[in-house]
Amino acid sequence: MIKVSNLSFSYSPAGPSVLSDINLEFDRRTTAIIGQNGAGKSTFVKLLKGLLKTDQGEIFIGDYEVKMKTAAELARQIGLVFQNPDDQIFKRTVLDEAMFGLLNIKIGKSTAERLAVEALEMVGLEDKLAVNPHDLSLSEKKLLCIASVMAMDTDIVIFDEPTIGQDHAGMEIIRRIIQELKKKNKLVMTIIHDMDFVAENFDRTIVFNNGKVLLDGETREVFSQKEVLMEANVEPPGVTQLAERVGLKNTILTVEEFVQECGK
Amino acid sequence: MKKIVVDGLKYKYPLSEALALQDISFEIEEGEFIGIIGKNSVGKSTLCQALVGLVPHFYKGAYGGKVLVDGLEVRNHSIADISRKVGMVFQNPFTQVTGSKMTVYEEIAFGLENSGLPREEMRQRIDEVLRLMRIEHVKDHSPFDLSGGQMQRMAIASIMAMKPDILVLDEPTSQLDPAGSEEVFQAIQDFSQQGITVIMAEHKMEKIAQYCNRVLLLHEGRLVDFDTAEKIFSREDLKDYGVTAPVYTRVCRALGVKKQGCDGYPVTLEDAELALRRSFA
Ligand SMILES: Nc1ncnc2c1ncn2[C@@H]1O[C@H](COP(=O)(O)OP(=O)(O)OP(=O)(O)O)[C@@H](O)[C@H]1O
Ligand SMILES: Nc1ncnc2c1ncn2[C@@H]1O[C@H](COP(=O)(O)OP(=O)(O)OP(=O)(O)O)[C@@H](O)[C@H]1O
Ligand SMILES: [Mg+2]
Ligand SMILES: [Mg+2]
Repeated sequence: MIKVSNLSFSYSPAGPSVLSDINLEFDRRTTAIIGQNGAGKSTFVKLLKGLLKTDQGEIFIGDYEVKMKTAAELARQIGLVFQNPDDQIFKRTVLDEAMFGLLNIKIGKSTAERLAVEALEMVGLEDKLAVNPHDLSLSEKKLLCIASVMAMDTDIVIFDEPTIGQDHAGMEIIRRIIQELKKKNKLVMTIIHDMDFVAENFDRTIVFNNGKVLLDGETREVFSQKEVLMEANVEPPGVTQLAERVGLKNTILTVEEFVQECGK
Repeated sequence: MKKIVVDGLKYKYPLSEALALQDISFEIEEGEFIGIIGKNSVGKSTLCQALVGLVPHFYKGAYGGKVLVDGLEVRNHSIADISRKVGMVFQNPFTQVTGSKMTVYEEIAFGLENSGLPREEMRQRIDEVLRLMRIEHVKDHSPFDLSGGQMQRMAIASIMAMKPDILVLDEPTSQLDPAGSEEVFQAIQDFSQQGITVIMAEHKMEKIAQYCNRVLLLHEGRLVDFDTAEKIFSREDLKDYGVTAPVYTRVCRALGVKKQGCDGYPVTLEDAELALRRSFA
């Protein structure tokens, strides 16, 4: 669905290169992107969304190059939840914020409102339609940003650290949304530092390190490579580490798997 | 020595109807590392801000009871007075950036400008925290031209450079990579072992369990429990408070493996390993 070839990027001509020579293809597997702070993860997804311009290389979505597309075309195809919700939110009420993208692509007002409310229900903000987003807590702002993107029903959905500040209930909401999107056969890509969440929810994991792809594969395969992960400031999930320490043979990804393996 | 005493604290934000904090009382000894946990909106940040005086001095609102920080009654002292003893890292690093500084280096220097420290000592401290937080390579960036995790590292560095007696941290590692998060917890534990008192609101239960001396469980503005991590995470009713135990505890609980010589479940990786090895043997 997305094909990235020889992609390089830096924020200023003289500045250090933030991404160098990235080659990746994305299919409909749920995909986690992990890696150290400053590795270039957010920069990468902003390039996919066309918010930054590539210095070198190409990004194709389907048959079209991202830089040939208009913002409106991209808006219909690819949704991005920003890492910092304050970069995304700018309307005065929760409902207006969730409707904004829809109105922008010329969806009628009543349909837009219905879709926005449905999306807000998914994240549990339906009681706060008239609230000013700036009075929401950080975790609620993040959920609002997620709802705004869900309302657009794009084929590609990218979350940049969706679980920041979420409690157990918030994590469950996000987990359900990801599963829902997967069922609808959408491409879900998530940047995230919570390794247990990655293990439980993503088929494929890509590790970024210093602007390059260090590892890319099935999540279980990636988390079995402890030493390589350390290079990128990441580690296997807690449950995987515990399983290894007590000598379970397979790479374990969830509590359920751990218990099952012990029962054998 | 009692470093923090909270006695019957009640607080309501100006425009809200419900109390954000209801009759909270606890005491913290010098050099303790305390974790505050609880689901979203239970009052963790509000309690943190009550320790540095933003509640009530900045937010106003209705306030009852007493908060004593190193002997100062928060209600009767200005934020400036209190900030000489207590440093706070905010939940959203964005809100902490001054907006008036051109570089990360100057941003960190800002907090030290009125400290009366000699230039050389200032420089040493800044270099030390830049190294500790691993942001030396971006020290000349504008504070806004950083990755999310780098900005959070800068926010922690700014407060650490001031070496306050008491450190209040509100989810300080939410955007850090796993290794960075571990390093920050270790650095903070070092501080607490040197006598600095630490209070941290956090959702990362594995880290809380490993590093905190005691854990304060909040629910809807009330203090439910204040005890060791083992006691808190072994509570049968933990779910009712919207909190999940560390993954190590969940594994051991599912397998019915308790910690040797006590009634609770292991809460750390090391203890879980020990208990499981014993049960497999
Ligand atoms: N506007 C900017 N101008 C200059 N440099 C920038 C800018 N934004 C980010 N950078 C730099 O680009 C690099 C990559 O940043 P990016 O935000 O993509 O990292 P990331 O992998 O998302 O990190 P994190 O996990 O901390 O969010 C970092 O070293 C950062 O300092
Ligand atoms: N400035 C404010 N004005 C009015 N009400 C507020 C304000 N800040 C917080 N509140 C309310 O006070 C209550 C406690 O909020 P607080 O931010 O302390 O929770 P929290 O436990 O830190 O949550 P989170 O886990 O999301 O950070 C919530 O109901 C919140 O909506
Ligand atoms: Mg990022
Ligand atoms: Mg908070």
